[in-house]
Amino acid sequence: MSDLLKLSGVHTHIGRYHILQGIDLAVPQGQVTMLLGRNGAGKTTTLRTVMGLWQASSGEISLAGKRIESLATPDIAKLGVGYVPESMAVFSDLTVRENLVLAARDGPLDDAQLDWIFGFFPALRRFWLSRAGSLSGGQKQMLSIARAIVEPRKLLLIDEPTKGLAPAIVMALIECLKEIKRKGATILLVEQNFFAARELGDNVLVMDNGTIVHRGEMAALAADVPLQERLLGLSLETHQ
Amino acid sequence: MTELAATDPLPKPKRDLAPILLPVALALLMIPLIGSPSSWLTLTAASLAMGMMIFIMASGLTLVFGLMDVLNFGHGAFIAVGAYIATLVLAPFAASVQADSLWMNLAVLGPAALLSMAVSGALGLVVERVLILPVYGQHLKQILMTTGGLIVAEQTLYALWGPQIIPMPLPTSLRGSFIIGDVAIAKYRVLAMLIGLAVFIAIQLVLNRTKLGLLIRAGVENREMVEALGYRIRRLFLGVFMTGSALAGLGGVMWALYREQVHASMSDELTVLIFIVVIIGGLGSIGGCFIGAILVAMVANYGGFLVPKLALVSNILLMVAILMWRPRGLYAVTSR
Repeated sequence: MSDLLKLSGVHTHIGRYHILQGIDLAVPQGQVTMLLGRNGAGKTTTLRTVMGLWQASSGEISLAGKRIESLATPDIAKLGVGYVPESMAVFSDLTVRENLVLAARDGPLDDAQLDWIFGFFPALRRFWLSRAGSLSGGQKQMLSIARAIVEPRKLLLIDEPTKGLAPAIVMALIECLKEIKRKGATILLVEQNFFAARELGDNVLVMDNGTIVHRGEMAALAADVPLQERLLGLSLETHQ
Repeated sequence: MTELAATDPLPKPKRDLAPILLPVALALLMIPLIGSPSSWLTLTAASLAMGMMIFIMASGLTLVFGLMDVLNFGHGAFIAVGAYIATLVLAPFAASVQADSLWMNLAVLGPAALLSMAVSGALGLVVERVLILPVYGQHLKQILMTTGGLIVAEQTLYALWGPQIIPMPLPTSLRGSFIIGDVAIAKYRVLAMLIGLAVFIAIQLVLNRTKLGLLIRAGVENREMVEALGYRIRRLFLGVFMTGSALAGLGGVMWALYREQVHASMSDELTVLIFIVVIIGGLGSIGGCFIGAILVAMVANYGGFLVPKLALVSNILLMVAILMWRPRGLYAVTSR
C-alpha cells in the first residue's frame, strides 16, 4: 500500500522551543494511523506542521508525492486535507448550516453527503439553524468532524476527537470514524483514549520528546502490555 | 445528548435583544428629563443622524479589529482624506451645489462621495501593504506605525491644502428643516440617517446572505480555522480593509458637510468616539457597532443638553458602564 503522507526529518521550532526534532513518519493510503504519546510529546505540533499552521524549520513533507512543507495552509487544504483541531474550532457565531456551507469549498452542500453525516449525527440536523456556540461539547465535536468530511478529502488530520466527551458520545464518534474508515479515508488521528485507538487504528506511531519512538501495527501494540507501559507509561487494559 | 427525530421542528436561533433595547430605553427615559417633546424629538433625531455618521466611519474599523486583530490608530486619516477629496469635486461645481434643485445637488454630491470612497479605499490598499503587512501580530508596532501614518497623512494634507479651514457649505436643498408641528428636523440629518441605515442594511446583507460575509464573520472569530478550510484570509482582510477605508472616506464627507468645514485634523475629535463605539459594540460586531454608535451619539446629545459640564466625559462613563455590564462589548464576537 502506498504512503499518502510522508514526513522526513521534520523539525519545528515554536519561538525558542525546539518541538519536533527530526520526525520521520508515513501514513499509508486508506488506513487509520494513530499518533500516540504523552502530553507535550509533539503530537498536535505534528498535525499543525503538516497543515502548515506552524512552519517546519527543516525537513520534507509530501502529500501524494507532492512537497507541501513550504505551502500556505489554504493551499494545503485545497490539496484535499481536512483538519479537525483539538479545540474543535467551530465558528460559534455561525449556524450549523453556515459552518458546513463554509466547509463545502467546492460548491453547494451535497444532499447525499449531508444525509450520510446526519445518519451519524442526528443532532446536527436538529440544530441546523442554531448557532454553533449554543451546542454542547459533543455536538461541537460532531460539527467539527462533519465539517472535515462534508466534501471528500484525501487525508483527515484529527486531533483528540474524544477529549472531554461523555462515554456515550465517544462511542458514537468511534462508530462514525469507523464508517469514515470503511469508505476508504486516510486518517492521521491523535488520540489519548486507548480504547478508541485500539478500535480505530491500523497502524500506530508513538511520540516522545518530539521524536517517533515506536512504529508498528496497532493490534500488536494493543496485545503487548509491557510495551505499552514502556512507551506510554500506561497499559490499554487499565483504560477500557 | 438527547436525539430527536429528523422530522421535529428546527429550533429558531435565540436573539439577544437586550443591547437593541438599550437605546430605545435610553430615549424613553429621556422624555421626562428633557420635558419638552419637541426638544426631545429634535435631540433624538440629532442623535440618530450623528450615530449613523459615526457608524459609517467605525464599521470598517471594527471588522479590521476583529478580523485580523490589527490596531489601526490611523483610521482617522481616511476620514480627513475623504473630506478633502470631496472638496475637489464640490468647489469647481459650486454653482450646482448652490442651485435650488435637489437633483442638481445630488448630481454633484454623489460623484464627490464616490470619488472620496475610491481614493480612501485606494489609500487603504497602500496603508495595508506598506504599514500593516510588516507588523501583523505585533500590537505595539501597529500602534506606532499607524499613528505615524496618521501624522504623515495630516501633514501631507496641510502641505497640499494649507493650514486654513476650508468651508464646505451644505447644498441648498439640504439646508433648513422639515417642520412637523412644533418639531424641526434638519433635512441633512434625515439624509444622514437614510445613508447610515442603507450602509448598515447593505453590510448586514453581505455578512449574513453571502458566502463572502460568512467568511468575514468566521474570520473574525477564528482566522486560522478559515485558512485550514482552504480560504486565503489575507486577501479577504485586504478587501475588508479597503472597504472600511472607503466607508471612513464616505463618513468624512458626511461629517464635513454636517460641520460645513474641512481641516486636516478633523478626525481627531472623531477618533476617540470611533474607538469607544468599536469597544462597546464588541470587536468585529457590526450590530454592536451600530448600536454603540447610536448610544454614543445619544449620550453626547442628551448629555450636552441636560448636563453640559459632563459632556466631555459622558462617553467615557458610557463605555465604563457598558463594559461593566458586558466586558467584551454589547455583542462579543471574538474571544479577545
